Amino acid sequence: MYIVDYIKEVASAVKSLATGMKLTGYYFTHPKEIITQEYPDNRATLKMADRFKGEVIMPHDENNEHACTGCTSCELACPNGSIKVITKFEVNAEGKKKKAVDQHIYHLDMCTMCNLCIEACPTDAIKMANTFEHSVPDRNMLIKRLNNNGSKIREGVE
Amino acid sequence: MYHINELLNSDNTLKPSFVAMKESDDYTINIGPQHPATHGVLHLVITLNGETIKKVDPDLGFIHRSIEKMCESLSYRQYIYVTSRMDYLSSHINNHACALLVEKALQVEVPERAQYIRVIMDELTRIASHLLWWGAMAMDMGAFTPYFYAFRERELLTEIMEDTCGARLTMNYMVPGGVMHDPHETFVHRVSKEFLPLLKSKLHEYEELVTGNIIFQNRVNGVGLLTYEDAISYGCSGPTARASGVHCDIRKLYPYDVYNKVQFEEVIETAGDSMARYMVRMNEIKQSISIIEQLINNIPEGDFQAKTKAVLKLPKGEFYQRVETARGELGVFVVSEGGTTPYRIKFRSPGFSNLSCLDHITKGSKIGDLVASMGTLDLVIPDIDR
Ligand code: SF4
Ligand code: SF4
Repeated sequence: MYIVDYIKEVASAVKSLATGMKLTGYYFTHPKEIITQEYPDNRATLKMADRFKGEVIMPHDENNEHACTGCTSCELACPNGSIKVITKFEVNAEGKKKKAVDQHIYHLDMCTMCNLCIEACPTDAIKMANTFEHSVPDRNMLIKRLNNNGSKIREGVE
Repeated sequence: MYHINELLNSDNTLKPSFVAMKESDDYTINIGPQHPATHGVLHLVITLNGETIKKVDPDLGFIHRSIEKMCESLSYRQYIYVTSRMDYLSSHINNHACALLVEKALQVEVPERAQYIRVIMDELTRIASHLLWWGAMAMDMGAFTPYFYAFRERELLTEIMEDTCGARLTMNYMVPGGVMHDPHETFVHRVSKEFLPLLKSKLHEYEELVTGNIIFQNRVNGVGLLTYEDAISYGCSGPTARASGVHCDIRKLYPYDVYNKVQFEEVIETAGDSMARYMVRMNEIKQSISIIEQLINNIPEGDFQAKTKAVLKLPKGEFYQRVETARGELGVFVVSEGGTTPYRIKFRSPGFSNLSCLDHITKGSKIGDLVASMGTLDLVIPDIDR
């Protein structure tokens, strides 16, 4: 009964192919179910997740003040050496010397977005921004200074 | 054993030694290092006799980043993020192994909430990994459409990950003592109301499109046969070994976190061919769905991270922890001298052992079957090279 088996096999093969083609045909005739997004045409409506780890930033308030004490915890926590905190000594109103941040240098080009610096910061002075378009023509433009020019530490942050 | 005179010249320089890779009239072809079917920079030197394979020599090292050596200079918090870059499709599970090891050594009690979240994340990762493997393997065999169908479901999963962990692939979400953030407020809803129903409604498509397809079946049935004994002696693990009937699911044998509280089956096939390996993974997706369903609505309240010291110091000694990744058994071995960094670290990665059986299972078969055997081994090259 070789011939019967052969015909059965051909029939089941044709059926299996038809099942697959039916599915393909379904999506061919239902283009609404296609989910491809056309970046950058959808830039205006594209919403990134709130927690998306795009780059490290240091938020400043309206008085140009931040919460960084210059404690270098973030520098020690970073596995890649992407952060360099340069500190200075400031004399406060009572005439006491106090450590403060001079330059908070962040190398975006060496950062793997691991979030360990954010976790380590005792005063929550830095956070992750959800920007992601980081291409620049020159690598040196990725080395950033996070504390603004002339900024100082917020009153009351220890 | 070699005698010293066989290795060294009289002036203490090394003698060059030559090992013939092939006989002089053998015909060899190279697949890779840059070849789409190897999913990475794997180089295979294939010795042929006509169209029949005589020998397959994997040539590794093109993506070696010496992660083990790097870890020796990183602290016990920092070394976790590097392991996301080994088997990047199971990054959560790799991180989980490292976090578990530190907790075991320091005897930290992990809050139950964190344990639930971790296991859910592990299983979501396993689904994502198996989906991607399914699409990529079908593409290796010439079916291009499944790749997009697989990515369609996986996309929702990566969005869920992005919401909670902030990254789509290399999450670094598990930390010693728990997880890094509390899950996003939409997490439970999106997993239980959006992702699981979507995946369950699409599973039949996978079966119609690939599993039942006659061309696919003829290409994988009986191809790349790995027997029970060989699976054990090559050190295979994960779905590759379970397709040969080996009971090797670490989640069952050495349960960690809440795996001993959930009901699931260890998927075992006995045929040992490529079709069996395919079926194991397809059924594991269903088991993972059932594990997530048991946990997702019962996540207990509480802390998501145990209090740990700012600087972690492991006691002097040797520590080992194993987990079941999407590809098999991942073992992390740490030798500590009591300091803040490991003295020596070794990863036993599943991909390396699974690759080692490739020569054996393809010997004597046709060159067209090589891709089918390789595709169902589910190789991730950064996992092999580390
Ligand atoms: S996110 Fe990680 S790699 Fe980047 S600066 Fe912070 S600690 Fe360093
Ligand atoms: S950003 Fe935070 S951790 Fe880094 S120096 Fe400033 S206060 Fe310290």
